[in-house]
Amino acid sequence: MAHENEKTIRSPLGRARGLGSARDGTHHWWMQRVTAMALLPLSLFFLWHIDAIAESDYTAFIKWMSHPTVAIAAILFVIASFWHAMLGVQVIIEDYVHSEGCKIACLLVNKLGFTGLGFACVFSICYINFAL
Amino acid sequence: MPRPDESDRFMSNIERPLSPHLQVYKWQLTMALSILHRVTGFGLAVGAVAVTWWLLAAVNGEEAYAQFQSCAHTVIGQLMLFGWVWAFTYHFLNGIRHLVWDTGRWLDLKSAYASGYFVFFGSLVFSGAIWFAAGY
Repeated sequence: MAHENEKTIRSPLGRARGLGSARDGTHHWWMQRVTAMALLPLSLFFLWHIDAIAESDYTAFIKWMSHPTVAIAAILFVIASFWHAMLGVQVIIEDYVHSEGCKIACLLVNKLGFTGLGFACVFSICYINFAL
Repeated sequence: MPRPDESDRFMSNIERPLSPHLQVYKWQLTMALSILHRVTGFGLAVGAVAVTWWLLAAVNGEEAYAQFQSCAHTVIGQLMLFGWVWAFTYHFLNGIRHLVWDTGRWLDLKSAYASGYFVFFGSLVFSGAIWFAAGY
């Protein structure tokens, strides 16, 4: 907690009053549930095809990945899972990183990192489909 | 707009007792499973890097893909892969448990323990089955 050592007798509510809404509300919590629910069927789809994922033959793997159903499911899986992971790691950072500067740096790395990795994955899936 | 300023910082440093933390609690199944949910979730988040590596290796061609495969087939690679498979099945099953809790169900002690045991042992069976189906 950033304010636990603050020398004040004003209540947290008193300090927050008048500063306006964060306009966020339960969005973070809700999106974690939405992505979780999206991941239930998507996960089962890929667990069902685990033999194709573990395929060590390059040509066979590319052929499987190039199937439109698989590619679309893979893109949806990457978006839902990376988003879900980003939300989860954000909560872990907010819980354990107490110094303000370090916390903001970690949150930025988390957000930019998952966005970057996610785009790299989506691009790779498209590339395998259209260029290989 | 009222903002905290120096004028209301006149009390001495507030050192009030904090709520009990991990080290004073007796270990219980529900608590261990809750911690495990966070640990497996973080582990899976790290796995996102491996997934990206795997897909980029496929894009980079047969040689890069073979290189990824040889890394995955080392002892450390296999241990990490099995860890991720188990973490996935555990986080998946316990995630369903959390979603049920969100609807207000299974919150009593008996259901929380029953579902907890089911999730833990279920994840071991489930991950073993997946490892077998993957051909290892």
